[in-house]
Amino acid sequence: MNLNATFISGRTVNQGCNLENKTSQAYFDAAAYCEMNSKDASSLGVEPGSNVKVTTDHGSVVVPMAICDGNPDGLVFIPMGPWANAVVDPDTKGCGMPGFKGISAVLEPTDEKAPTMPELMARLK
Amino acid sequence: MSEMLIKNATVYDPINNINGDMMDIAVKNGKIVDSVNGSAQIIDAKGRLVYPGGVDAHTHIAGSKVNVGRIMRPDDSRLNNKPRTKVTRPRTGYTVPNVYSMGYGYAEMGYTTAFEAAVPILKARHTHEELEEIPIIDKAGLTLFGSNWMVMDAIREDDLDRLAAYVAWGLLASRGWGIKIVNPGGGEAWGFGKNVSGLDDPVPNFEVTPRQIVRQLAEANEKLNLPHSIHLHCNNLGKPGNYETTLATFDVCKDIKSKRDRQSLHVTHVQFNAWGGNHWGDFESKSEPIADYLNKNDFLTIDMGQLVFGSATTMTADGPVQYANARLLKARWSNGDVELEDSSGVTPLEYHPQSYIHGIMWAIGLELALLTKDPWQVLMTTDHPNGGPYVNYPMVMTMLMSQKRREKEMAKIAELTFERTSIAGIDRELDWYDIAIKTRAAHAKVQGIIELGKGHLGVGADADIAIYDIKPDETDATVEFDKVEAAFRHAAYTIKGGEIVVKDGEITATPKGRTYWVKATAPADGHERMMEDLKMKFKNYYSVSMANYMVQDEYVEHPYVFETGYQ
Amino acid sequence: MIIKDVLCPFCGCLCDDLAVEVENNKVVDVKHACKIGASKIMGHDRIKAPMMRDDKNGEFREVSYDEAINESAKILANSKRPLLYGWASGVCEMMKKGVLLNEEVGGIIDNTASVCHGPSALGVHEKGLPTGTLGQFANRSDLVIFWGCNPVQAHPRHMSRYSVFNKGFFTTKGRKSRKVVVFDVRKTDTAEMADEYVQVNPGEDYLVLSALRAIVADKADVVPDSVGGVPKEKLVELGEAMKGAKYGMVYFGMGLTQSRGKYKNIDNAVSLITELNAYGKHSILPMRGHYNVTGFGQVCAWETGFVNAVDMSRGIPYYNPGETCSNDLLMREEIDAAFVIAGDAGAHFPAQSIARMGKVPVIQVDPFHNPTTEMANIVIPTKVSGVELEGTAYRMDSVSLRMRKLVDVDFPSDEEVLDKIIAKVREIKGASS
Repeated sequence: MNLNATFISGRTVNQGCNLENKTSQAYFDAAAYCEMNSKDASSLGVEPGSNVKVTTDHGSVVVPMAICDGNPDGLVFIPMGPWANAVVDPDTKGCGMPGFKGISAVLEPTDEKAPTMPELMARLK
Repeated sequence: MSEMLIKNATVYDPINNINGDMMDIAVKNGKIVDSVNGSAQIIDAKGRLVYPGGVDAHTHIAGSKVNVGRIMRPDDSRLNNKPRTKVTRPRTGYTVPNVYSMGYGYAEMGYTTAFEAAVPILKARHTHEELEEIPIIDKAGLTLFGSNWMVMDAIREDDLDRLAAYVAWGLLASRGWGIKIVNPGGGEAWGFGKNVSGLDDPVPNFEVTPRQIVRQLAEANEKLNLPHSIHLHCNNLGKPGNYETTLATFDVCKDIKSKRDRQSLHVTHVQFNAWGGNHWGDFESKSEPIADYLNKNDFLTIDMGQLVFGSATTMTADGPVQYANARLLKARWSNGDVELEDSSGVTPLEYHPQSYIHGIMWAIGLELALLTKDPWQVLMTTDHPNGGPYVNYPMVMTMLMSQKRREKEMAKIAELTFERTSIAGIDRELDWYDIAIKTRAAHAKVQGIIELGKGHLGVGADADIAIYDIKPDETDATVEFDKVEAAFRHAAYTIKGGEIVVKDGEITATPKGRTYWVKATAPADGHERMMEDLKMKFKNYYSVSMANYMVQDEYVEHPYVFETGYQ
Repeated sequence: MIIKDVLCPFCGCLCDDLAVEVENNKVVDVKHACKIGASKIMGHDRIKAPMMRDDKNGEFREVSYDEAINESAKILANSKRPLLYGWASGVCEMMKKGVLLNEEVGGIIDNTASVCHGPSALGVHEKGLPTGTLGQFANRSDLVIFWGCNPVQAHPRHMSRYSVFNKGFFTTKGRKSRKVVVFDVRKTDTAEMADEYVQVNPGEDYLVLSALRAIVADKADVVPDSVGGVPKEKLVELGEAMKGAKYGMVYFGMGLTQSRGKYKNIDNAVSLITELNAYGKHSILPMRGHYNVTGFGQVCAWETGFVNAVDMSRGIPYYNPGETCSNDLLMREEIDAAFVIAGDAGAHFPAQSIARMGKVPVIQVDPFHNPTTEMANIVIPTKVSGVELEGTAYRMDSVSLRMRKLVDVDFPSDEEVLDKIIAKVREIKGASS
């Protein structure tokens, strides 16, 4: 089952703790995941820890899923960082700020691996 | 070091009573000396006008408010753009110039010293960061004390030595030159959106009145024997009818005597506080009673705060006034309250000659200068950039010198102005000597920097010299005002500490100036009581720890420390 | 040895009460900091030496500082439109040099605010900013609103030091002296702690702000039954609470700057606060992310007249977000060299922008290996400012403070590297003129 959602990115403590540590497993754990509420997770048919492919008009990325019941239905959060930025909107709409929040996304379960940070960046070179 | 001889200078040096004498000026090692030897660099002034370097006793050139103005106004930064040269960095801005333009602009006009008029202690580091970046001119900052919790608590407890000790500590913490008071007590009331209505309206939660704040700070000022008197922006600025508050405020310090040869009270930008009427409808000038008071009392000096038509960016620690301005004019408004210390507000404005309100304000500044007999009592300022940017000083100077120039301006001003003011009937025209007083000598005297070698050209003074491209004996300033303005706008030479920094209006060198600050000592027991109160405030109320609060030496790279105090 | 009153070089809170234990020139313990600050000060593995590579997919080879600096200067001096980005993790003293380098090379200097509170600056250009220092709010606020920000995660000590839990002169009951309201699109950890959580539909904060303004102006009758997912009765209740506050405070973050409307959200929020000042006292403050991102805005403004995104290609400073911000320039493929210092573009720019960066030479100045390093051709490691280097930083409320040096290390500072690059660029440009 696919899930149509609104995607946002933002800060977390653990992502912050690892800002000087971005080659580490700790940073991967802190920044490479998406979170949604239990209801959305059920409809997607994915268990926490399993991978999800997140696709927007601007790109796609595979990340493990986590539950966050503070999210309303249809709202998916990925911590700020290169995984989130694989799918954000680069268009600043004339004001300099790209679209890091409020992007339409489609989520689907996947067996694909979540890329490491170097793998993610290698896609851009 | 280098020697220089300026020949054939027509010198106006009021501090030394020199009134248009043709003379030579000898410079050695950055100071004025009796004579130099044959190898000196010769500058032939060719009989042209020579003044000491200009001194601006009140201007907003550096620190938090100024930068708020810049950030808020990219529209202003798009004006007056100049690319860099071999000697200068790029320049931007008209009312809020970038730091480079700030220094160059003053130097181009022959000014060599300026006083940042309002420094909040908590944000003094920022002020000094910007002052350090302003090229050429010597500078100092006046530290805000008038709505400060430490000050008010000491006053309420009637502890003058504790108050003086705090002033000394605050000047050290801010590397400040003197006591600045803005809308006394009002800055604290503004913390909850209120204001004080006059000298005897107690500050909410602190039980002291503005009158007490002014009086006791003046007393502390004189006990500490500070070089400058208290520097005061009165309550009720910007309100029709405020002249009564102003006159009453003058009286507060009438019997205060200073050991130094200067005023015991300096009231600033009085134009904004010389307003009559009860509301905007019957608004009128009350410069006459103010000038009258000045003519009868010599303990007091003021500066004009002259309005200049066009764009301005108002910035002041008078938070309530700025909010009122912004609401009235539906303008952008930035407010910046500083914990335990004071308030501030920044609002861009346009002054229009067709607004009779602005016309009256324009007239008042000039009236104050022209109706006050003693030119030493009224300094020329525009309260840059509140009344208008300092680059307009030359224009204001010509308006003081020429009735025709005033009439030319008056021709474009709303008619109603002239029913509410007396400017049209004033025919007094100041001469070169008066202007030298109003733009350098009096500023230096008021700020207490004559003994430091500023504001004059006597032997031992700093070689801060301005040569203007006019021959005073051949120029009738009452009619040739455009020529005079152009000459004051772009000095033929500006010499700073013996170095030519401007030639033919262009910057030729950008040495770094000094920052003057006062290190005062107060009796030990008062200091101890003060420190106890201070430590408690840092522990409980400040958001910064005391160890990180004071301005460190690193921020004042070229200090001049003036020591004073009492035991 | 315990060093007291240490300032934390992580977020805009710039907490200055840390105690750091240093033994044998190494940080061994950090007290009073939050988890994030402690993590930064304790330190991480770092880049040991300068390195270079021609092929971004190839291996780096270790080089000397001189070689890396000279090559960097060559690239910058010979590029037509270089981007100088980052700056926010450095001290003000080095930012001034950055402005000068930008002037020398006729490039664009931009900082992390570009992807953070840049829109707040745009809102300020429109409407100003009624604000104050953090102690002002700490001592007075009785109504505290967090809008589109999550301090529990992003500014962990903010609520205890400044905004919610601390006791102040007029807020003697600490937490009980304030009502705390959170506006957000999801129930964050901060929302869990609030007295009230208001859920807003993503991208509809502007509408909610407009509705509140109408209510404050006594025009509730124009407000529909539901705005942005919030029922009208709730909006009226909140509007009245704001009007009745003695000191209302709004802290805001990326929820407003990055969501639909972007800078217009800030414009609207500032307008609301300004209008509320007719009833009580109200202020607003952006929650700045990096410990010295505010410092860059201050330095750039006093040096050039503009707060950010300054294009020097015309020889005079030119500022036009939407045209001169980093992502604008990258997406228009105008950049022919990128200099990334004290900021990680690789991690925090959209992938498509970074792909453009991947096509041009990239010079990185940073102590730590990060996504920008993956895209870099030259890497120059420097001291960690605020731990290994003292200097000036500006807190989120624009109070400037001096960062301390805690340990000595054998790396150059950012400023030393910049000075050398500037000298070399001048040499190269001088030779060619």
